[in-house]
This record gives sequence, C-alpha cells and structure tokens, in this order.
Amino acid sequence: MSILIDEKTPILVQGITGDKGSFHAKEMIDYGSNVVAGVTPGKGGKTVHGVPIFDTVREAVKQTGATTSITFVAPPFAADAIMEAADAGIRLICSITDGIPAQDMMRVKRYFLRYSRERRPTMVGPNCAGIISPGKAMLGIMPGHIYRQGNVGLISRSGTLGYEAASQLKELGIGISTSVGIGGDPINGSSFLDHLVLFDQDPETEAVLIIGEIGGPQEAEAAAWIKENFSKPVVGFVAGLTAPKGRRMGHAGAIISATGDSAAEKTEIMKSYGLTVAPSPAEFGSAVASVLKRA
Amino acid sequence: MDVHEYQAKELLASCGVAVPPGTVAFSPDQAVYAATELGGSHWVVKAQIHAGARGKAGGIKLCRTYHEVQQAARELLGKRLVTKQTGPEGKPVQRVYVELADPYERELYLGFVLDRKLERVRVIASKHGGMEIEEIAKTDPDAILQVIVEPAVGLLPFQARELAFQLGLNLKQVSRAVQSILGAYRAFRDNDATMLEINPLVVTKDDKVLALDAKMSFDDNALFRRRNIVDMNDPSQSDPREAQALEHSLNYIGLDGEIGCIVNGAGLAMATMDMIKHAGGNPANFLDVGGGASAERVATAFRLVLSDANVKVVLVNIFAGINRCDWVAQGVIDAVKATNITAPLVVRLAGTNVEAGRKLLDESGINVITADSLADAAQKAVAAYRSVK
Repeated sequence: MSILIDEKTPILVQGITGDKGSFHAKEMIDYGSNVVAGVTPGKGGKTVHGVPIFDTVREAVKQTGATTSITFVAPPFAADAIMEAADAGIRLICSITDGIPAQDMMRVKRYFLRYSRERRPTMVGPNCAGIISPGKAMLGIMPGHIYRQGNVGLISRSGTLGYEAASQLKELGIGISTSVGIGGDPINGSSFLDHLVLFDQDPETEAVLIIGEIGGPQEAEAAAWIKENFSKPVVGFVAGLTAPKGRRMGHAGAIISATGDSAAEKTEIMKSYGLTVAPSPAEFGSAVASVLKRA
Repeated sequence: MDVHEYQAKELLASCGVAVPPGTVAFSPDQAVYAATELGGSHWVVKAQIHAGARGKAGGIKLCRTYHEVQQAARELLGKRLVTKQTGPEGKPVQRVYVELADPYERELYLGFVLDRKLERVRVIASKHGGMEIEEIAKTDPDAILQVIVEPAVGLLPFQARELAFQLGLNLKQVSRAVQSILGAYRAFRDNDATMLEINPLVVTKDDKVLALDAKMSFDDNALFRRRNIVDMNDPSQSDPREAQALEHSLNYIGLDGEIGCIVNGAGLAMATMDMIKHAGGNPANFLDVGGGASAERVATAFRLVLSDANVKVVLVNIFAGINRCDWVAQGVIDAVKATNITAPLVVRLAGTNVEAGRKLLDESGINVITADSLADAAQKAVAAYRSVK
C-alpha cells in the first residue's frame, strides 16, 4: 500500500495549459498517474496530452469523477483555485505554487473549516514538490526515477532535500512507500503530523523519515506526537544549523524568528522524544538503514 | 520586507492610529526646518534604520533647541549605527525622523504577528511598554495579554475593548486605544504585514494614546499586490549582493565563511551549508539558484559568489529534477570560462542525466574537482580550502 495516492487515483490538473502545468501533466502521465482532467477557465472543450479540459473544477469532477487535484496556478490566483477545488468536492489538493501570500493561505485554511471533518479536503503544499508513491503514481514535479518502491515513508518540507534523501535510500537499496513534500511556506495545507497519522495506518510502511528545516513549530509538534502515538521507527533531520537568525533562507517559512525555531533546538526536541536524528544530511540513508535493521 | 519607522507610522496614521507629528529629513538643515514647521519646544531626532534597539545605541536624541536638532542630525546622518540588532557592521543612517516630543505618563506595548501554529493573527498587548516583549515574557509573563483574530470576520471591537480595559486605561483612553488597536489591525491586514510592533504605545497627560515607535515587516509573497510597500523599499539597508541577487530572482544571503555555495533548492542549499560545517569548514553564503538552473542563472550565481572577497573555494551542488545535469554542467563550464575563476571549484551533480553532465565537465578542460555525493562534495571543498589557505 501507500498513502494519499496510487495508480487508480483519478487526478485533475488545475492550470494544465500553462507551461509548467502542461509539462508536468505529461511527466505524471508518463510515470503512470491516472490523469483524467485538466482545468483552465476559458479553455474548456479542448484537450492536452489527450486529457480533456474543463472551464471549472465542478464540471471536471462531474464529468470525470476526479478526486485529487494538483494546482499549477500563479500566486495571485492560487488560493482561489484551491478553494474552488475544495468546494467541488476534491479530496486531496496538492499545490505546487511558490509565492502564495500568507494571508491568502490563512483564508484557505479557514475556508476548509466550513466543511465537516469527513468532507474536508487534505491539502499538501503550497510551495512543495508534491507526492509520489513510487511505482504507482506521481502527483508532483519530482524526477520519478530517483525513487525506488519500498517500505519507508518520507515527509519533507524541502523538495530538493527530499530528492537527496530518496536517492541516498535508493543507493542503499531502500525503497519508499510514499514521499510527501509538505512545502516551505509558513502556513501549510498539512503538516508532518497529518501524514504521520496516515503512515501509522499503512501496513506497508515500516519506518518514516521526516526532514524539517528552521522556522515554525511543526517538527516539535510531530516529535511529541510520535513519542506518545507512533509505533514505527522514525528518523528525523532539521536543515539550517548554519542559518543566521532573522533571515529568510529561500523558503518563506524558513526563518528563525522565535524560541524553538532554530535547527539546534528542533534537533534537541526530536532527540528528547526518542527520534533517531541523522547526524548530517549525507546520512539520511544510513540512519534509515540502521533503524530498519533494529526493527 | 522591512520599512523605516516613519513609513510604518504613515501607514498607521492612514488607518486612524494616532501618532506624534513628525517629518523625515535627509540633511541637518532639513531637520531644523522640520522642527520649525512642527513647532513646540522639544523634539526627538531619530535615526531611521531597519533595526531596533536604537535608543541604547545613541540613535535617538532628545533636543531642546534648533541648534541641538541640527547637531543631532549632523551626528547621525552618514554614520553607521550599530545596535544590538544590526550586527557588528551596523546599518547606514541616511535619513532621520524629527518628531515633536510631548511628555507622556504611561508606556504600553502593542504587537501583531502571524501565528504559524494557530494560522491566525495574534494580537499581543502589555502594560509594560518600552522593553522587549521577550523580556516581559521572562520577567512578568502574566502581564502579556493576547487575543486571536478570526480571519473570517477580522479583529472585532469587543476584542480591542477587552485589551484596552485590561491595560487599566480610563474611559476616555479606552475609546482612543480601541481606535488605535483596530486601526493598527487594518494597517496590518490591508498591507499584508507579517509583523507590526508599536513599542511603546504611550498615554499622555491629556489622555491621548500615541504610537511613539513603530516597526513593520511585510510578506514578500504579497508584494505583487502592494505597490505602496514596494515603493518604500530602501536598498541602502540591505546587503548590496542580496539586492543584486534579487534582481536576478536568486536567493542569496551573505555569511562569514570561505566556501561559496551554489545550490538548487532552499532546503538542499541549507543542508549543503550544514554539511560544509560538519566537514570542518564554513559556508560563505546561502544561494538558491532555483529549480530551472539555466546556464545564464548559473553564470550570474558565480559572479555573485565570487564578488565576496572572503570566498576561497566554490562548491556547486545541483540535484537535477526537472532540469538536466548536462544543461547545468554546460552552465558551469560557460560560467568558469566567462568569470576566469581562480579559486578551486568543486562540483557535485546528481539526478537526471548525471552521466552526461559529468562527461561534459571531464572533457571541458576546465579545472574542476568532481564529487559523487553531498558528503564527498563537502569534504573535498574543505580540503581544497585547507590547501589554498
């Protein structure tokens, strides 16, 4: 098994006619993802890569039964696209867009609360590389060939650092059940914790690697939950040990502005809750191998 | 993005927050003229820099005569002010704010911040103004009052009223404080701020409630819809290399080390810096060239990194996802030829088309140390630094 997506998941691409949307839709189809629809307002009735395009998400869902959406929509319009998907009944929304204003994401998260828990969508991103269940489906912009299918769950705020981890694992012959990029923004659709809950219930996942970075409370929150509730071994890492205070390190959310935000503090918190911490970003693979051996 | 105190006060005043009368000045003569225009008998001349803790660093001067105003402006303008928050290199003072100084009776604290855990705006107030909120949190945590804003309706008048009454204000002051708190919230929301601090918010003898100091930061992601904020940008307050990088939409942050870094992706860039430290070296910078690391962007990145005189070694670490290693390799080769780099160069390529990329580098004739992994790259960069040091 895997979490969130597999080869059957019917996928809709919002912004499919743009450069990025079109390119990555093709990559996803080539990987084996079940892309059933595209949405670009004003381009309804056309097709891209053999995929029918609709003017609205509601129409696309009605005609194709899409349950999952990936959004390649420019920052000024991204929040609107996400809320449109939510209202059309999409269950999983993955937003690749980098540069969505924080207040827009605040509004999006508030908007989701209008739905009951069962009806509320799961959102991944924004500013992320997406999700991949290797060998099954890809809902993102990652290079699919660096992931090997297997039993380790991967959750990472950074895209490229997630790639680094996946390739270190592959090098050691270790595969991944699902890799989730939760994104580098200060307000995310979902956190480490949300996906840990899913990995906990996934019988195929034997261990999880979580890769955080400076800024925000979610690594500490996840570590505390793991100690109380999670039965599988977890390897953690926090990037940015050398990052200066108060400076935004590329990602909008990667900034040390409060107590507990620094990599050193978060690493200590992870250790105190019993996580195995990779000593350096070159040792993701070996750290995961060591906990798998012990398990 | 940050703005100066006087700019933050302009934004606040336009939303109905009462501020003391003041004028910005770029020269001592302008400062004197500003004081004559403002009237009164006492003025403060305040250095305008993008950092706090100016008072203790001598950046705020109380003046009783026009002559003193001129003296103060002359002393501050053109100088680099070093405060607890600027770092040892300080920030250049190119403008001063001349403000009418009226005596006040109480100093309060009012702050707004985007709370990442709650995903809401948090309003913080305290009866202890004029000191840092972190300090209040340590010495008198019970004195910190907070309300959380529900994004669907915004800050409500009753919430502002609750804060005002808890601050121990009298009726007249309460209604003015409510106006200031609600106005400050609008200034925060309508300009896509991420932080707003009024410290102190003062209460005068005649029951006025005034924002005596103001600090605001804005969401870079929202600048596309905030032209008024973009226009307030003062490039003198940031590292010239960072400003140059921004023009090429590269993310660059200068540090103190000797190993220059060119990396794609923010997370990998941070991890590369960490890895250099782990291997016993020091990174000279953070630099994310982004997902599509084209030959031109790589060349710009090289120029930027090499403009730092401390850089003794350059480390390129690219994990090609949507781009391809052979394209990146070509970019590195072109950049090396164009910039005549003499510092040792370590290149690690991974991901799509890695073999083709390595082959290009090997056959190019340029002097490059290739590395297979992140650890290998960091070790080779540190070894190269030790050999040239």
